[in-house]
Order: sequence, then C-alpha cells, then structure tokens
Amino acid sequence: MKEARFQVYRGDAKAGKLQEYTVAVEEGMVVLDAIHRIQAKDAPDLAVRWNCKAAKCGSCSAEVNGKPKLMCKTRLDDLPLEEPVVVKPMKTFPVVKDLVCDVSWNFEVNKRIPKFTPRKDREWRWMQEDIDRVQEYRKCIECFLCQNVCHVLREHGEKPGFAGPRFLVRVAGLETHPMDAGNRTKLLKDEMGIGYCNITKCCTEVCPEDIHITDNAIIPLKERVVDEHYDPVMKVIRLFTGGSNKKEG
Amino acid sequence: MSARETHDYDVLVIGAGGAGLRAAIEASAAGAKVGVICKSLLGKAHTVMAEGGVAAALAHVDPKDSWKVHFRDTMLGGKLLNHWRMAQLHAQEAPERVRELERWGAVFDRTKDGRILQRNFGGHSAPRLAHVGDRTGLEMIRTLQDEGVHQGFDVFMECTVTKLLKDGDRVTGCFAYRRENGRFLLFRAKAIVLATGGIGKAYKVTSNSWEYTGDGHALAYEAGAELIDMEFVQFHPTGMVWPPGVMGILVTEAVRGEGGILRNSKGERFMEKYDPKRMELSTRDMVARAIYTEVKEGRGSPHGGAFLDISHKPADYVKKKLPSMYHQFKDLADVDITTTPMEVGPTTHYIMGGVRVEPDTGASTVPGLFAAGECAGGMHGANRLGGNSLSDLLVFGRRAGLGAAEYAKKTGPNPPLDDRQVQAAEREMLEPFERSGSSPYDVHQRLQECMHSLVGIFRVEEDMTAAIAEIGRLKEDAARVRVTGSREFNPGWHLAHDLRSMLVCSEAVARSALTRKESRGGHARLDHPNLDPEQGRRNTVVRRDGESMHVSQSPLPEMPAELRAIVDAELEAVKV
Ligand SMILES: Cc1cc2nc3c(=O)[nH]c(=O)nc-3n(C[C@H](O)[C@H](O)[C@H](O)COP(=O)(O)OP(=O)(O)OC[C@H]3O[C@@H](n4cnc5c(N)ncnc54)[C@H](O)[C@@H]3O)c2cc1C
Ligand code: SF4
Ligand code: SF4
Ligand code: FES
Repeated sequence: MKEARFQVYRGDAKAGKLQEYTVAVEEGMVVLDAIHRIQAKDAPDLAVRWNCKAAKCGSCSAEVNGKPKLMCKTRLDDLPLEEPVVVKPMKTFPVVKDLVCDVSWNFEVNKRIPKFTPRKDREWRWMQEDIDRVQEYRKCIECFLCQNVCHVLREHGEKPGFAGPRFLVRVAGLETHPMDAGNRTKLLKDEMGIGYCNITKCCTEVCPEDIHITDNAIIPLKERVVDEHYDPVMKVIRLFTGGSNKKEG
Repeated sequence: MSARETHDYDVLVIGAGGAGLRAAIEASAAGAKVGVICKSLLGKAHTVMAEGGVAAALAHVDPKDSWKVHFRDTMLGGKLLNHWRMAQLHAQEAPERVRELERWGAVFDRTKDGRILQRNFGGHSAPRLAHVGDRTGLEMIRTLQDEGVHQGFDVFMECTVTKLLKDGDRVTGCFAYRRENGRFLLFRAKAIVLATGGIGKAYKVTSNSWEYTGDGHALAYEAGAELIDMEFVQFHPTGMVWPPGVMGILVTEAVRGEGGILRNSKGERFMEKYDPKRMELSTRDMVARAIYTEVKEGRGSPHGGAFLDISHKPADYVKKKLPSMYHQFKDLADVDITTTPMEVGPTTHYIMGGVRVEPDTGASTVPGLFAAGECAGGMHGANRLGGNSLSDLLVFGRRAGLGAAEYAKKTGPNPPLDDRQVQAAEREMLEPFERSGSSPYDVHQRLQECMHSLVGIFRVEEDMTAAIAEIGRLKEDAARVRVTGSREFNPGWHLAHDLRSMLVCSEAVARSALTRKESRGGHARLDHPNLDPEQGRRNTVVRRDGESMHVSQSPLPEMPAELRAIVDAELEAVKV
C-alpha cells in the first residue's frame, strides 16, 4: 500500500516542532483522515478541531504545505506525496496546542456588530433575485481562513482596529437584507476599520465557500462609507429620501 | 470545598445547537440568568450541518396544507408511537417559529410571489420544508447565534459536562472540563436543560460528528431520569459510500425532494417494489431497508450502495438548489452530480429515542432537569420525518427554555454542591492517566463494529444478545483505558470519557431493541417482521436501577378523540 509522510506541528504557543508520521494512503483520502489515523495509531493526544468532515462547519482550518485550507476538503491526490505533507495551525491566531488555535477574538468582534433590525414599514415579501447576494454573504461557515490570510491581521497585528474580512461579509449581509433598517457605516469606518483593507483579495482566494469577499462585500461597503461620510451631496439626498439606499451592493 | 472555578445560573443549557440556543434565548427573555455550555466552538454543532430544510405547515406552496395534515403525516411516519401532544404542539407551532427566524434575519429561498419557499420531503404529503438551498441548518444556527449573542447569556465554548450533580432528587448543577487546558469547573443552577443531540458515534458508518456520543442521554440516565424508545435509531437511506474516508457523510434527502431517482445495478427503479405510491419519497426507514436489501441481494452499485440520479434536471437548477451536494461530490468523490449518478447507502443518522419529557415544558422525570431537541424522546415515535428535527428544535427548545425559567423562578436559592459528588466526578476524569489498559480508540472501534453489525438496520435476538454481552466486556475495558499526554486539548482523554456515554446509550439501544418483539419504523426485526398492535401501544422505558439497566414498557398516553379522527382518516393507506 502507498504511504505518505506527514509533518505535523506538535506543541503549544511557547514551543513546538514538526513531528513526522507515516500514514497508509487510501483512495480518496483527505488530510483530515490522515490526521485522524495518526491520532488513532501514533498520537492519541494530537489536538485538532473538526465536526462535519464535509466542508460545512468550518472547524478544521489549518495550513497545509503553507496554504490555508479546510483539512476535510484537501485531498491527498492533489498534493505532491513524494514530499512530506506539512500541516500547521493557522498562523494569525495564537496556538493552543498542535493544530488548534485560539480563535476566540473572532467571537468577540462578532458581538460588537448590532443585530438585524427589521423595518416596520414593509411586508415580509421579496423576490429571489433580491436576496441572491444576501444569501452569498450568509454562506459563510466561519472557518476564519480569510481572517488568517488577511495581511492586516496576519502581519501588522492590527487586531484591535480591524475586524477582518469575515465580519465585513457579515455586515454586508445585514446591510443588503431587504428588511434591515439599521445603518452600520459609522461602525464600519470607526470601529471595524474598513479603511485598512487595501483590496489585495487574498481573502477571496482562500474562501472555501467561494464568497466574493472583496468584490461583492468589501468594495460596495467601502463605497457606502465614502458616500455617507465624505459626500455632502449624498447626505442632502438622503435627507430628502428619508434613509439610506439599500439596493446597492 | 477547594477554590474551583464555579458559576451560578438560574438556567443552565447544555448544548448550543438549535435546541440549546433556542432554549437559551427564551429563558433569557423570561428574565432568567442563563449560561450555555458546548463541546465545540459556537456555531459548529450538528444543527449547522442540516441541509434539506425545516418542516412547517406554512401552506405557501400547497394552500391545502395545515397543522392537521402535518400532525397526521408526523404520526403516521412515526407509526403512531409518537407522543400525540408533542406531535400536536410541533405541528401547530412550527410555522410561527419559522416566521420568527425570519424576523430575526434568516433569509429563506422564496416563492414566485415573494414568500418562504417550501420543498417536498419523504413522508410529507405537501411541499412543506422551508429551506435555503441545501444549507438550511447553517442559516438557522447563525440566525439563532446572532440573535442570542445580544440576549446577554454567557457561552462556555469547548467545555464538556461529565456529571450532573444532585441534592436529593433534584438536579442542582454539573461538573465540566475545559478542552483547552483540561481544567475542571463547576456550575450551580436552579434548572438544567439538556440539548446535547444524538448518539451516532456509537456506530461505524454515520453522518454524525465526534460530538454525538450521547452525553445528554447518559447524563440524564445516570441522574435517574427515564429514557424512552431507545431502540429507534434512524438509518438515513442516503449516505456517501465512496471514497472510504467519507463513508457515511450525508446526502441530503432534498436530492430526492427535488426529483432524484434511485436505481440498482440493473438500472431498475427499485422503489416500485417497496412503496409504489410514494417511491423515492417514502419514509426513511422504508427507503433505507430497500437499499440495504438490493445490495444484500446482489444488485448494489460497485461500492456497495444504490445509484441516486438527479442528472435529468438542468445543471443550473441542480447547482442552485443543491449547491453543497454539488461541491461535496465534486470535491470529495470526483463526481459531477449534474451528469453522473451518486452512489449512496444507509448511514446512522438520528435517534428518535431519548429523555422522557413532559410535552408542554420539556421537564424530565427528575426535578430541575429538562431536555429538548434530539436528546429528548417522544416527538418522532418510531421514525422521524425529514425536516421535522429542525422544527422540533425550535418548538421544544423554546418550550424547554420557558419551562426551565419558570421552574427556576419557583425554586429557592441553589444549595451548595455536594463535595463528595464533585470529588467522585473529578476522580473519574483523572483515573485514566494512571492506568495501563488499552487505548480508548481501540475500545471505540470495537464498539462501533459491534453496534454496526449486531444492532443495525435488521435485528435478530441472537445478535442483540451477543451485542449486550460484548457491551458488558467493553464497559470493563473502557473502565481500564489508558490516556497518555497532558490534560491540554487531549482528544484521547476526551474520548475516554465519551466512551462511557456511548456505552450507556448502546446498551439502552440494544436492550430496548431486544424488548420490542415487532418491527416498527426504524426498528426492524427479522425474527418478528410484522407490526404488533399490542406492542404498538407501548413505549419502551429505560431507567437506572443501582448499577444495572432496567427496561420496561409503559402504555402510550391516550390520544384525544378529535386528534385520533385526523389520523384514522388516512390509516388504511399506510398500513400502520
Ligand atoms: C448531516 C446532517 C443533516 C441533517 N439535515 C437535516 C434537515 O435537513 N432537516 C432536519 O430537520 N434535520 C436534519 N438533521 C438532523 C438535525 O440536524 C439534528 O437532529 C439537530 O440539528 C440536532 O439539534 P440539537 O440542538 O438537538 O443538537 P446539536 O445541534 O447537535 O447540538 C448539540 C450540542 O450539545 C453540545 N454537547 C453535547 N454533549 C455535551 C456535553 N457533554 N457537554 C457540553 N455540551 C455538550 C454540543 O457541543 C452541541 O453544541 C441533519 C443531521 C445531520 C447530521
Ligand atoms: S482584500 Fe482586504 S480584507 Fe481581504 S485580505 Fe486583502 S486587505 Fe484583507
Ligand atoms: S468568508 Fe469565507 S473564508 Fe471567511 S470565514 Fe467565511 S467561509 Fe471562511
Ligand atoms: S470538519 Fe467541518 S469544515 Fe472540515
């Protein structure tokens, strides 16, 4: 039977190293299967998160051969098995142990986003076309891979000032909801630091849900912030039409 | 007592899936101080994986649908073993619970006139499942999470409860550990709601995650509560069968709801033989047994399943209505479902049995202990209809949250926790580090083999007796398993404890299955292949008696005449 070598990060925030394991390869196997085999055979205390094993829960994020991936969706067929497969935890967040890192910061950011506020003046009816975009944002499985690759969070340690792409996607989902009456442009500008994003699109590239994070979420939100906060003409128009124009994006 | 981290709540909810979150939202709204504990991160519970939809008689697609029709379908699907009152409340309240999700921001697919769209599912006689493509559970859990975050309840993520603590008869708190660092913590609460989900990890082939080890069932059992109808395990007819690593992963029933056709290796549409009227949209127990039989009789697909084909529908339609199935097969099996049939076979999916509760409040038979969602029993009888779980979580999650909050209001301050119980719970957790027995992974694997081959889709007395004997041996081995490494995020250690829960549940399933000498819904016996009207009027009840498991039968609650009439009208057609 074919075998593959794996180098898996073992350790915690203070110290750790890559440990090598050999795994028998079966047809159609994914990286998470290999990690589970290592657990069952060689390293019962190897820490890893997973739930669905089908790319639906966003638990098993890691860096496989340096690329941010869901381990349950990364097939061994697609990796060069002549070389050892290197599996490390996401780099942007502090390591708890082995492949598990502390992503609690993300849950704190989420709490600061005011919830959906339904309009009172409209019937709960809308067309499918009106929500295709909202549903795109709502596909997010909170794998935090976009947070992991975004250089603002990864290299510059801007965590307090920048909410990161995941939460810009979340706000886009609220702002474009046909029944939402809230306005989060001030939040976007002042607290979520949307200005820090310089549209490198790295987040979009890694999103396992194929959400067009930059084009469909961040850029329209940036435009909205500019419109509302820097454009006096728009402000006047808004005064007369009574509310923000919710159709864009 | 030592200075252990301790938290005090009016209502403590164990589990943060749909049922737990809905309970927490309601209990908070009723003014209780609420804490929520979950084994994974927030938003990763099973509910997130639900695909096909949530059942509610909104009557948006078929105006003739109503709660009465939904009630009847549910009772017939459950082969009349359901608690009538739960089925009634569920059918009556599900529409409002779904509309409420919409008011909290959920974005369901739409009908042409702009209302919530509904799709067909097995056993439902009208298109009834509100859905979002095939990621309905994600929409639901995220909506509850985002609503819940602003309710002000505390969430303890990656914490596992291992014991309920009692004062006399009454539950007063629990013992837990944090996965991250292995530290222990204590909770004191006036009322506890169990919302821990199912037991699927006791089986080899399953759609369930590592969390589904039946902890809530076992916690309740050990605290003295009654479990009912544990023999009823649902094998979902369509799990992936290939490649090996994904064996058991769910293929949503929505594929059949959207028109998917099942064929055997000879190209025959075999459901014609088993249920010519409803075909692929027959109930899950029927379809699972049909596929199993086709494979057993030599008409299976190359990897031991049946073919499920949706490729006669336009590719764009398939991608729009079943996007995650499209990707799942493309990414994991190299199969393009818009052109090629899928290979599917039965997978352990859901447990109908669970903690016996009062329908209106979710109260168990132990004072202060409530249960809702998959870990509660009674709602689904002998077989659950697809889509009826997500609605169950909303309806009974809310009711249990309310029931617990009201109970808490009437209860005096929490008595101090009993140090003896706490120390025993702690000892139980620490012992595996000092032992020299086998690895928990080995014991788990043996249990999965045992349940899979001896208490699976078709059952016979000899097999189940053998299973009970094997479970006895496994219990001894589980009590000797050895854990290596530290207490920090140590999956081997976690499994060592989860094994205990799985063994309690497995024993309850096997003993209950042995007791029910008939075939009904999810419970099929080769040695008793027919329905027995006499046993059909009884629940199976499991309860702890010292160190042994006591099994008995108790009469079903009497259904009021007006509800009986709703069911009777259709009874003949489905041969219950
Ligand atoms: C792949 C899949 C698809 C499905 N599709 C559908 C569908 O389309 N429609 C439908 O109606 N149903 C569907 N179901 C069934 C449905 O999703 C589940 O029955 C339902 O989500 C269970 O919800 P719950 O709230 O009871 O438990 P869960 O959502 O599983 O939550 C259980 C919670 O309890 C916590 N927990 C467990 N033990 C402990 C412990 N010891 N200490 C602390 N916390 C603990 C867990 O961490 C988790 O937070 C599907 C199931 C699966 C697996
Ligand atoms: S586009 Fe913006 S959010 Fe995305 S990775 Fe680049 S800087 Fe970060
Ligand atoms: S937006 Fe995409 S990459 Fe980011 S957390 Fe959500 S699913 Fe993951
Ligand atoms: S395990 Fe759920 S996304 Fe990988």
